[in-house]
Amino acid sequence: MTELARSRSDEVTELARSRSDEVTERTVLSEEGVVTEVAGPARETAPTGRAITAPPRGTTRLLVTGIGVVAPSGVGVEEHWQSLVRGELRVGPIEGFDPSRYGVSLAAQVRDFDPDRFVAPQLKVQTDRWTWMSLAAATLAAEDAGYVPPEEAYATSVFLAAGSGGNEFSQHEIQGLWAKGPRSVGAYQSIAWFYAASTGQVSIRDGYKGPSGVVVSEGAGGLDSFGWARRVVRRGTPAVLVGGTEAGICPYALLCQVTSGRLSTAARPEDAYKPFDRRANGHVIGEGGAILLVEEADAARARDARHVWGEVVGYGATHDAHHHEDPAPDATQYARAIRISLADAGVRPEDVDLVVADGAGVPELDALEAQAITAVFGERGVPVTAPSSWTGRLMAGGSALNVATALLAMRDGLVPATGNVDEPVEEYGLDLVRENRESDLDVVVVLARGFGGFNSSLVLRRHREETP
Amino acid sequence: MSADRRRVVVTGIGVVAPGSIGREAFWDMITAGRTATRRITFFDPSRFRSQVAAEVDFHPRRLGLSAQEVHRNDRFVQFAMVAADEAVADSGLRLGVGDAPDAPEPERVGVTLGSAVGATMRLEDEYVNVSDAGTHWLVDPRYGSRFLHQALVPSCGATELAVRFRAQGPATVVSTGCTSGIDAVGYGSQLIEDGDADVVIAGASDAPISPISMACFDTIRATTDNNADPEHASKPFDARRNGFVMGEGAAVMVLEELEHAQRRGAEIYCEVTGYANRCNAFHMTGLRPDGVEMAEALDQALAQGRIDGDEVGYVNAHGSGTKQNDRHETAAVKLSLGQAAYKVPMSSLKSMVGHSLGAIGSIEIAATALAVQRQVVPPTANYEVPDPECDLDYVPKTARDHKVDVAVSVGSGFGGFQSAIVLAKPDRRAS
Repeated sequence: MTELARSRSDEVTELARSRSDEVTERTVLSEEGVVTEVAGPARETAPTGRAITAPPRGTTRLLVTGIGVVAPSGVGVEEHWQSLVRGELRVGPIEGFDPSRYGVSLAAQVRDFDPDRFVAPQLKVQTDRWTWMSLAAATLAAEDAGYVPPEEAYATSVFLAAGSGGNEFSQHEIQGLWAKGPRSVGAYQSIAWFYAASTGQVSIRDGYKGPSGVVVSEGAGGLDSFGWARRVVRRGTPAVLVGGTEAGICPYALLCQVTSGRLSTAARPEDAYKPFDRRANGHVIGEGGAILLVEEADAARARDARHVWGEVVGYGATHDAHHHEDPAPDATQYARAIRISLADAGVRPEDVDLVVADGAGVPELDALEAQAITAVFGERGVPVTAPSSWTGRLMAGGSALNVATALLAMRDGLVPATGNVDEPVEEYGLDLVRENRESDLDVVVVLARGFGGFNSSLVLRRHREETP
Repeated sequence: MSADRRRVVVTGIGVVAPGSIGREAFWDMITAGRTATRRITFFDPSRFRSQVAAEVDFHPRRLGLSAQEVHRNDRFVQFAMVAADEAVADSGLRLGVGDAPDAPEPERVGVTLGSAVGATMRLEDEYVNVSDAGTHWLVDPRYGSRFLHQALVPSCGATELAVRFRAQGPATVVSTGCTSGIDAVGYGSQLIEDGDADVVIAGASDAPISPISMACFDTIRATTDNNADPEHASKPFDARRNGFVMGEGAAVMVLEELEHAQRRGAEIYCEVTGYANRCNAFHMTGLRPDGVEMAEALDQALAQGRIDGDEVGYVNAHGSGTKQNDRHETAAVKLSLGQAAYKVPMSSLKSMVGHSLGAIGSIEIAATALAVQRQVVPPTANYEVPDPECDLDYVPKTARDHKVDVAVSVGSGFGGFQSAIVLAKPDRRAS
């Protein structure tokens, strides 16, 4: 798989190195006879020939068969999990530039990420760090799944969430433009910055031609990519790479994020991102995320998938529709997203063994999330953890990473604690998991919110071999 | 298709296009074959290779936006708000107007807004100030707007529409580059088909005419250097074509579940009978000339509505005016429609309104829906010299009365995305 991916990527990057007009010439050279060949109704490449229809909902089973993590907690799914289990706070001083003028000094950086391990040199120069992380996470997910792309190239899709695009790459290019003029802008700005860059590059490198997409709903995006992947699978595509990564730790992107008013200005990591704590004072940004392979159950079985992490059984999304910036003063829509996902999954609140919370770390937002959770599950009705407290908030990548964490917790029957909590706000009425807790987990709900009022909820269930 | 599939119709259209703001002005312009391309006025383009664009003369306050809405939002969001206002008013749905007794349930209303490059213009304007025109890597926060987070993350566009129309259903921004405008409407249709919403405000918006966007397309020579004759700079399918003309704008459709629309006696433009997208997995900007993946998307979109190629009465082309695109797309349409490709009129709006990246897909869907409703096919402006590789009927210069029971709109974009959507007369399948 990796070898195949590598050879494809070499081929593609070789082409991409030349400018697009040269590429055009190359493609011109290779198109002998095509015009006459396509004049008739017959085609050389056989069409799939089947109408993709939307089967009634509920009949499609979606399994997670591969997880790729590139996160502050580690590169690789086990590295991430061990770091969480050990309770390592991966927040530290921002490296690479002096952030003092932004009033923020901390971030959760991915320190042990070597892009050269995953990205060919020619491709690396064309892409932002955000895309390197997506390429790496996609490779890790496919490797974890033992996924060999089927001959039918349309059978695999890439449907990622994006938040902020190719930040650092773009800041360099735009600086060149304004400091030196238009000619200093390189050929790759047009393909490195935009929000679809990572999805496009993964699809090209790995040869995935299925229905692909990119959604942006800030922090909720990682969960939303699962929701959209389900629509893709329902309509006949058996495998989808979902999730996403983020890399916004450079001066301009940091300045932009600071204006949300939701970043902690604390100087020490242990004082900064403290979801559900009395001293909650904002969050710390992080980079990275997770990409997961989801497959339709029959397809996974047919290829003898190496393992199944769990099933995606329910999804719900709502919007506060309240204010461009402030959350709705009640948690009605947030709670409704949870209820929709439970109904979709066909599970009752009392069936849920764990909620992986969004954990904004802003008092007002924490209170609203607690309100939504208690409205659905009752006071202290379900264990709640917010593992992003260890890794920072990775925007679109964060909610995808939380899905990975939920599946790992399910596998090991171990709920990782919420980090950095000294004094939980008792009035929230949450059973906040503060020490790693052994627990048999059958159904786990993952929650996420996006700035501006996006609310999403995903229900995961432990995989059972027999078909219900 | 299963008999119980929920059907999706278009009941409202709003357009902000270069040369024409508002649906009817837009339709008049494109059916007159008038072009809105001109020498760039937003900044001095003299140092750029491509110096033409299709700009919108946009006065947001006059179009109903408040001072604060203008202040906090990038131009792409402002376009989307104006287009959505028109679309919602056109639909007759009382959305976002308090507790109107006949308003749809807010929880059943969704938003899917496409944008390729989001708030790129505001990000650049602000960047110039905080970096002192590129002097400092460590940008100075004291010169920045407090709304930069919204500029960084374009989901703010979906939020503004959700708040404006009290849409509490699923909301998202769709950002698949230059197919965003088709994909956003396609996803909106899927939300309704899957029962997650009854009404979706779906469309796309982009405002990319800024130095950084022009510069990055300059370097790869994707844009034209027909600077001497801006009005005729965009020449899709013509042998003399040499790149696209940057555009901007927005279009928003109100999508509605068929029975929901029928119950309230809504006027229906057309039905969305199919949507599909595929990736070429080939190259970020290059296209193989055979068009196989676009043909596959078109095949699938037609199959969803059980429509044969020879039923298609109009192909609304991507027609960007680059050498490779127009050849690729011509091949794709032939591959999918077979001999019928030679009989169906196919035209490119980009000859008139330029290429507004993600927005154009929705602008083209708006035009296609109107073509189905009015049985008129808009032309390809500036088409004069045939290219042997592009040998279909591109409707040169003059609009044409034509029977259009079914129309398709296709798109292609950086990243390898290929999308197709099929619109049909609403009574086509009534029997």
